[in-house]
Amino acid sequence: MAYYLGLVQLIGIHTLLGLSAYVLMLTGQLSLGQAGFFAIGAYSAGILTVIFELPVLPALLAGALIAAFFAFLVGFPALRVKGLMLVVATIAFSEFVRLFFFNLSWRVPRGDISVGPDSTNGFREIRYFVANGWSAFEITAFVWIFVILVMALLWWADRSRAGAVLRAVGEDELAAQSVGINLTAVKVAAMTAGGFIAGIGGALYAHTATYIDHLTFTVLLATFAIAYPILGGLSSVFGTLVAVIFIQGVLVEGLRFLGDWRNIVFGLLIIAAMNLKPSGLFDAPTARMLKRAVGLDGRG
Amino acid sequence: MLELRGLSKHFGGVKALDRLDLTIDEGEIFGLIGPNGSGKSTTINVICGVYPQTAGSVLFRGELMNGKPPHQRLRAGLARTFQNIRLFPTLTVWQNLWVAQNSPGDIARQGFLPRWFGTTRRTRQEIAELLELADLGHKSDELAANLAFGEQRRLEFARAAAARPKLLLLDEPAAGMNSQEIDDLSWRIRRVRDSGVTVLLVEHVMELVMGVTERIAVLNFGHRIAFGTPSEVQRNRAVQEAYLGTSAAEAGPADGSA
Repeated sequence: MAYYLGLVQLIGIHTLLGLSAYVLMLTGQLSLGQAGFFAIGAYSAGILTVIFELPVLPALLAGALIAAFFAFLVGFPALRVKGLMLVVATIAFSEFVRLFFFNLSWRVPRGDISVGPDSTNGFREIRYFVANGWSAFEITAFVWIFVILVMALLWWADRSRAGAVLRAVGEDELAAQSVGINLTAVKVAAMTAGGFIAGIGGALYAHTATYIDHLTFTVLLATFAIAYPILGGLSSVFGTLVAVIFIQGVLVEGLRFLGDWRNIVFGLLIIAAMNLKPSGLFDAPTARMLKRAVGLDGRG
Repeated sequence: MLELRGLSKHFGGVKALDRLDLTIDEGEIFGLIGPNGSGKSTTINVICGVYPQTAGSVLFRGELMNGKPPHQRLRAGLARTFQNIRLFPTLTVWQNLWVAQNSPGDIARQGFLPRWFGTTRRTRQEIAELLELADLGHKSDELAANLAFGEQRRLEFARAAAARPKLLLLDEPAAGMNSQEIDDLSWRIRRVRDSGVTVLLVEHVMELVMGVTERIAVLNFGHRIAFGTPSEVQRNRAVQEAYLGTSAAEAGPADGSA
């Protein structure tokens, strides 16, 4: 049971990670910096609960705000470049963050031992949930409250003018400028929102895993972050969730029985999925079919 | 209303625009014509801030536009259409008009609210009027990508009008249209002008230009070679040589934008 709850938590956290990239991809930006914002959220929230002994909720919000702040700062220079150049620039940022935490040592005495980030040895004592007697079920519910909140907000925003503006920028920057949209403002806002969401994800990750080190936040994690919305499609926030369940639930966990064959089948299934559903697992036809099935039709 | 002073745009050694002077008065429909590659689209792109000018200046309602990004020029009252239609294909017709609306008060109030209850009555009414102008009322919830070519042109026209500009720049709006559609477009252009918008029409299709404009400037190789009423321009020898007599029939999609 604990194993399945752990998987459900992981799916929730990765959904947040994927949604942080989704927001950016709506504006046509492909960022591999999401692992960096995730790491900032994880370490900041961890430091706040462990060293400053804050409760988890304010620590999580502060971690997300710190990640959003860095995303805002990265937004200005990074969004001057596009496409592959942006990918490279954001990889550089992610690696910079990772190496910063690789070197960060901030130990404070706590009783007989010392706690805090310990550079290469990682940050081991993020035990807020355990120390406060949270059950695995409560932790899972806590994670998913944020997942549902973020998904609801994005779903809502997608029906607003602001959401249409994001998509307009993603579709045609020149046309968007020509109808009066300030590209820099929109892209930096999307970057900041993406940083905030990744920060929440990172903070939740740190507290569910209780142990983080720099190796968690490599480019591989950033690749997963963009793989979810790419695989799930950009027509709806649910695409990202479906893709996370497909990758983490079905491919990574579900195929464990295949042993060494898993990675091969993993790759094949991703290729098959992208060929069968080129505009995403949760594309417009699928959404329409589901809407018809539950008796909801028409667009917001 | 709009004044170009010694406006030049060079792409490397190519002088797409060379010291162009042009004044457009408030309330008129002004035509800008010329053979392929004569600098017409470049003129629009420089006026709207897509390309920075090499020299000279763009004055709009007495205000210097040089160096301002496109979105600020739009807010100053300059809206445009594109020669190769540039809609937002995965947005609906309604959303295409929605994002192009430009009244800051309404945007601040409704920016993050969903369409069903977050739009003000004025927003809905303006969009309904634009849909009627573009004759797209029945397609309001259709994705822009699914529209026919002529419908896309009409939507782009309405989208430019959605910002309630002072000056509307139309870049070859009649390309690929038949006579009936050109008549409709003339009506639409006049209707927008009658609502208080000045129009700069860049066009190859003489049927439209001669029928709807009040004054015309003719460009060739980035220079203005003639200027006057449609009939004056038609009688002008230099124009006949450069353009009307020879290449008017070849009006194609390619143009001097590069």
